[in-house]
Amino acid sequence: MATPVVGQRLSRVDARRKVTGAATYSAEHRVEGLLYGVIVNGTVARGTVSRISVDAALGHPGVLHILTDFGSLRLAHPVDRIAFYGQPIAVVVAETLEAATHGASLVEATYEQQAAVTDLDAPGIPSQTPADEPDYSRGDPAGALASAQVKVDLELTSARENHNPIELPSTIARWQGGQLTLWDKTQWSQGAARTVAGALGIAVGDVRVHNEFVGGGFGSGIQTYDHVRLAAFAAREVGKPVKVVLTRRQFYYGAGFRPASRHRIALGSSTAGRVNALAYDVRIENARYQSYTDGLTDLPQFLYGVPNTRTAYRVTPVDVHSPCSMRGPGVVLGNFALETAMDQLAHELAVDPVELRLRNEPTQDEVNRIPFSTRKLRECYETGARRFGWSRRHAEPGSRTDGDLLIGMGMATASYHNNRRDCSARARMHADGTAEVFAASADMGPGTTTSVMQVAADALGLPASAVTFRLGDSSYPTAPLHAAATTMASVGSAAHTTCNALRAEFIRRAVADPNSPLHGANPADVRVRDGRLETSGARDSYRDILRRAGLPSLDITGNWGPGDADSKISTYGYGAVFAEVSVDPLLGLVRVRRIFAAYDVGRVISPKLAHSQAIGGMVGGIGMALLEGTVTDHRDGRIVNASLADYLVPVNADDPDLDAAFINTEDPQADPIGVKGLGEITIVGVAPAIGNAVFNATGKRLTDLPIRPEALL
Amino acid sequence: MPETFDEATTLKRRTFVAASTAVAGLPLLTSDRLPASASTPTPADQLSTVRLTVNGEQRTAQVDNRTSLLDLLREHLDLPGTKKGCDQGACGACTVLVDDRRVNSCLILAVMAQDANVTTIEGLARGRGEQLHPLQQAFIDHDGLQCGYCTPGQVMSGVACIAEGHTGSRAEIREWMSGNLCRCGAYTNIVSAIEQTAKEA
Repeated sequence: MATPVVGQRLSRVDARRKVTGAATYSAEHRVEGLLYGVIVNGTVARGTVSRISVDAALGHPGVLHILTDFGSLRLAHPVDRIAFYGQPIAVVVAETLEAATHGASLVEATYEQQAAVTDLDAPGIPSQTPADEPDYSRGDPAGALASAQVKVDLELTSARENHNPIELPSTIARWQGGQLTLWDKTQWSQGAARTVAGALGIAVGDVRVHNEFVGGGFGSGIQTYDHVRLAAFAAREVGKPVKVVLTRRQFYYGAGFRPASRHRIALGSSTAGRVNALAYDVRIENARYQSYTDGLTDLPQFLYGVPNTRTAYRVTPVDVHSPCSMRGPGVVLGNFALETAMDQLAHELAVDPVELRLRNEPTQDEVNRIPFSTRKLRECYETGARRFGWSRRHAEPGSRTDGDLLIGMGMATASYHNNRRDCSARARMHADGTAEVFAASADMGPGTTTSVMQVAADALGLPASAVTFRLGDSSYPTAPLHAAATTMASVGSAAHTTCNALRAEFIRRAVADPNSPLHGANPADVRVRDGRLETSGARDSYRDILRRAGLPSLDITGNWGPGDADSKISTYGYGAVFAEVSVDPLLGLVRVRRIFAAYDVGRVISPKLAHSQAIGGMVGGIGMALLEGTVTDHRDGRIVNASLADYLVPVNADDPDLDAAFINTEDPQADPIGVKGLGEITIVGVAPAIGNAVFNATGKRLTDLPIRPEALL
Repeated sequence: MPETFDEATTLKRRTFVAASTAVAGLPLLTSDRLPASASTPTPADQLSTVRLTVNGEQRTAQVDNRTSLLDLLREHLDLPGTKKGCDQGACGACTVLVDDRRVNSCLILAVMAQDANVTTIEGLARGRGEQLHPLQQAFIDHDGLQCGYCTPGQVMSGVACIAEGHTGSRAEIREWMSGNLCRCGAYTNIVSAIEQTAKEA
């Protein structure tokens, strides 16, 4: 048996292209006759455009066209009025980027302005219960809380966050006859094709979207925003290809965001640390024109075995554009509330935080009353605590110092549902013995191109060097959006299933072929390795089978889907995150010294890249805990810090050496390759672990994200 | 209510709920149909001819005076390996070497690079790109990248960081690499790649 390719510590297959500048991102494709489009953003949060003056812009050298009439388009928001600050009101098309940019600055609009409210805490703004988030209750939470021996009751908040991938939203649109080609920075090429087709009123079959390289996304590239639709629209109107790249400032208005949130959580416990009551109320900002909800209530309902639980989810529609998913959508903030409260409870009970969690491990999924597929959370706590050195923690807050600094340790649990969706793939064996696998997935950084190849190589019995996984083209077989930690399980399982079928087809042909050395063999006895089909006594090969058949290649298309598995088993990823911080009591500065996390994400396909993803999520969590927050001037709805200089994200010096480990396991009930999603869970436990470490260092329970120095002074 | 095409606006446990989008199809404004596609020519005094050396090759380009060095590389010289992440000098994705010093090419006008010697990510490998610079190989080995978009800037900045001698410790590398943002969070591995390359240099 050859060494499986799955589990090998491979470097990413596209790394060479990425380190040499040869990886081509959306804005970088060479298209003949390309023009440049720059969007003009409105400067009121609510109203209508009463007059728009384009003469000065049209007179600017190089400016060709100015589009102001979007009435024929379907956008995600109203087109007959202004619904949020920064809404596109015009597109300037010019021969050069400089001319388009300058031209856009010369477009002047006047508005019929209406009173706008952009603050979710503004008085008198009614909140709503979203249709897809009814209130949840089990047991008697009110009664159990009232009679609890020990209670914790916290209010928490978080600021709005913007994904800020380093690649800006970018689209090139080219029409050839009625056919539209887009090179778009999207996490979902087929979703983009459908949305743009709908926006322009054309057939989805007339749109092809390329997204081979995606420079980060974190959720900002799931939906197809105005700039994509307007690029396609502008290119059609002017009859030439048009490129639209948002500026960093425009990103804050042109893509969604993680909504600001307000939480209250109450826990009731026995003095023995058995939590028997949980009440969780949460509220987020929403646009008025579109409802958005995410996984805020998931972990408060699910994570611990609390018999009496209720949750209530509310949204507050205001005059902003719509939020969208950002890494660990909702789940990370619901977990921040839950895990902060658990830490406070552990403190009040004088029980170790890990021990408190172990005392409340459920034996089944209490929400759906179904068994867990795999839940190696105890192993995560054990491995994480041991490798982090949790036993060195001082239980008494503020009792450990290093020179003038206060030192603290904190931990938090992480969990995320193992999302799987239907996926198709096409596998093709070539006459030279190499194989390609195709699916319309994407790779925004996790290494999908590498990891799916690894799965395919094992299924086909080929070395890694002989297999290529191709993604990034909406014309490939149907794949789900590249988000929600869905990709490895869904696309990987489709590749696995399809490559198994292709291998079986070759075996079938060989044993049926009188000219094959395997003729007449039992197919079940044929093993494949390094492209050779073997029984104990005879051998054939993919190459020879194709040569004898006179075929240049052989294709097969297959599908995989989770079916109704989620109604029978509860499949989640799990983790335990441990953080150590220092706090300068004079300056209020928090520095993260170490983070170590242990994860149960089922089978790990590509260990080197999985480790990178695990520690990458920690960097996002450090930003969430200590730095990131979008600031709106509620007088007009303008975002004050719409830049990478003013919206703080972690820089290299903000981060210590980060490390993570994976529990050696697999989840065969979840999917045929035994994996559970990794992309989202890596951020879910980080911010609460840091917040709890700050409490351990200082004795201050900080409940507002980000934790800024002023909160510690 | 028109059919919605804004799928998967929410990614929740077990369900991907499509949001409904009510959109009235009324025009924001009625503008004239597009004029003929001819623009006012750019006056000669707003154009400049820039001569510079890029990756060892003499290049000449006529550019708008407002063109940044970054846009000269990406839009005129077919060298898109240098990335635009903010266009404001805040992210470092556009880092190149100008006369062996690392600079944010978005903050330099192309005309300021007259007669300069510019090295971009495309010019770092030797032998027609066959032989990677040791730091490029170290980025691959240590997986100092994920999406790859900040990577050219990280590599160019790292090459300069090593040449400057700012690699005495991992902490020093972190400090001197903090002008290059990585949103995927590859910092630990980037530091390892630079540390190893500096040791072996």
